[in-house]
Amino acid sequence: MDNLNALLDGFGAVLTPVNLLIALLGVTVGTAVGVLPGIGPAMTVALLLPITYGMQPTQALILFAAIFYGGMYGGSTTSILLNTPGESSSVVTAIEGNKMAKAGRAAQALATAAIGSFVAGTIATLALVFVMPQVVEFAISLGAPEYLAIILVAFVGVSAVLGSSRVRGLASLLVGLTIGLIGIDFVTGQQRMTMGVAQLADGIDVVVVAVGIFAVGEALWVAAHLRRKAAEVIPVGRPWMGKEDWKRSWKPWLRGTAYGFPFGAIPAGGAEVPTFLSYMTEKKLSKHPEQFGKGAIEGVAGPEAANNASAAGTLVPMLALGLPTNATAAIMLAALEGYGLEPGPLLLEKQPDLVWALIASLFIGNTMLLVLNLPLAPAWAKLLQIPRPFLYAGILFFASMGAYAVNSQPFDLWLLLALGLLGFAMRRFGLPVLPLIVGVILGPIAEKQARRSLQLTGGDPSGLIGGPVAWVCYAIIAAVLLWPLVAKLLKARRGGDHHDAETKTEVSV
Amino acid sequence: MTVLVGYVPNAFGEAALTAAVEESQRRQERLLVVNMSRDDVLVDARRAGEEQLARVGRDLAELGTEFEVRQIEEGNDAADALLKVAADEKASVLVIGIRHRSPVGKLLLGSVAQRILLDASCPVLAVKTG
Repeated sequence: MDNLNALLDGFGAVLTPVNLLIALLGVTVGTAVGVLPGIGPAMTVALLLPITYGMQPTQALILFAAIFYGGMYGGSTTSILLNTPGESSSVVTAIEGNKMAKAGRAAQALATAAIGSFVAGTIATLALVFVMPQVVEFAISLGAPEYLAIILVAFVGVSAVLGSSRVRGLASLLVGLTIGLIGIDFVTGQQRMTMGVAQLADGIDVVVVAVGIFAVGEALWVAAHLRRKAAEVIPVGRPWMGKEDWKRSWKPWLRGTAYGFPFGAIPAGGAEVPTFLSYMTEKKLSKHPEQFGKGAIEGVAGPEAANNASAAGTLVPMLALGLPTNATAAIMLAALEGYGLEPGPLLLEKQPDLVWALIASLFIGNTMLLVLNLPLAPAWAKLLQIPRPFLYAGILFFASMGAYAVNSQPFDLWLLLALGLLGFAMRRFGLPVLPLIVGVILGPIAEKQARRSLQLTGGDPSGLIGGPVAWVCYAIIAAVLLWPLVAKLLKARRGGDHHDAETKTEVSV
Repeated sequence: MTVLVGYVPNAFGEAALTAAVEESQRRQERLLVVNMSRDDVLVDARRAGEEQLARVGRDLAELGTEFEVRQIEEGNDAADALLKVAADEKASVLVIGIRHRSPVGKLLLGSVAQRILLDASCPVLAVKTG
């Protein structure tokens, strides 16, 4: 029960007025940005990074985690009311949620989403308490080659498994790895890809990359599509559920949690797959299958729970291995590095106070979110009436200020603009943004592990595949990369064009 | 000649519509109902839904006046949009609903009604709800 004791200590650290205030601020901001389509928790955390460099690491992480959880709650509001998912993970919620809202059951849809998120978030965070230290114990025994292999699995996972197109995912990953290469080689001291520009010698700051790609890129993208017909207001009362709704919701909540947490916890998980699986399961198990497609409450309850459970799950690889599997976790890792803390298996050993305070703050943030979202849902819906030009002008202002604040050099603003244009181009051509940011953050770490293993074996590449863990990892990578080819061959052999009724959801970060 | 009314789906819009119907019957003129929603927001409370506009259409058809219901979905300025329609249609009178605004509210958001009153080239009938 060491874990529980440590967690209680964490609660002790979090329950100070300042920390509670920060958590409240975080969940409020998080819900707000979650509600607004296009502005997600990843962009917000990126924008806040430079500001939080003056704070204590614990407080900054409490803030970020609160924004992360808040974004999940807010995203469901937009999906339900507007059919415009604010987050990629709430795409599935929109299917039934919006139908419910149109049928005048917006209040019940919002309630089942919020309460389901709370239930799933709490259970999954508890699971995190027990699973994460085990993973750390396992990870500490890993050497450089194994660690490299796990990072490569994460690379393949974020680029080939998540998202709709492998080629685009891999292209985005390569762009990220290239950006990560810029700077001085840490072994030989040579300058790489700096093109003689002195400011590039230190590499491009992750903050500038994140703000450029997420904030500036998104703002330019929206500016290019500024005109769009407005939707009507869907009247939202105070969310509530009747007895029948409770009865139909609680099982999907638990099943959604069971899907979401494991998927979030593996380095190639994400929230898209479990939310979709949960939806399919509820459709099959429901006593009212005829209501699916017309606003079935199970179709909101399950995916929403899965979505929040997977958010908690993604913290397992992030805290235990230093591997981000979603954009917000990637930027939180960058923040850790900014504080001079090394993310990875040793984080829990070196900074137990920080890690447990962070996890304790998740419980508190989750409770705050329930309180904040149930009675205030109509107020959040009002946010959608803010004219877009106001929002994006504000985002660009904060983006430029943040990027300049990192090193106080005007050069960074040019970089920001260039990266913003890159982010715009990526959205234009449908390239997902997550692989890029993961490449920028994990690329240098992967390189370090690879060269460390090579140094150990004196340059013999066989040192890269030492150990059973590495073998399993490479087998997984091979399977993932070769699967489409194999599937094609199998299909060709069978000769039929047997098509599954598979609904592909286009997903970008 | 045309009686033009700016319609919004709330009490002010209904009051304006009622007054506009009376006005068009008195003048024996065509009634043009315009609903404007901004195109730079995700959700606009002043946008009238399809069902609402259909209901307005049914009500007007029962009254037997000549009428047209038009929805404007471009631009972000209701005053400009209404004044432009008024000029294009050579409206003989423009009917709008008005409401009380606090000084701070006016400072922050401006007043559509005030700009219409000041800038319109035709007479404006401003209606208050009871």
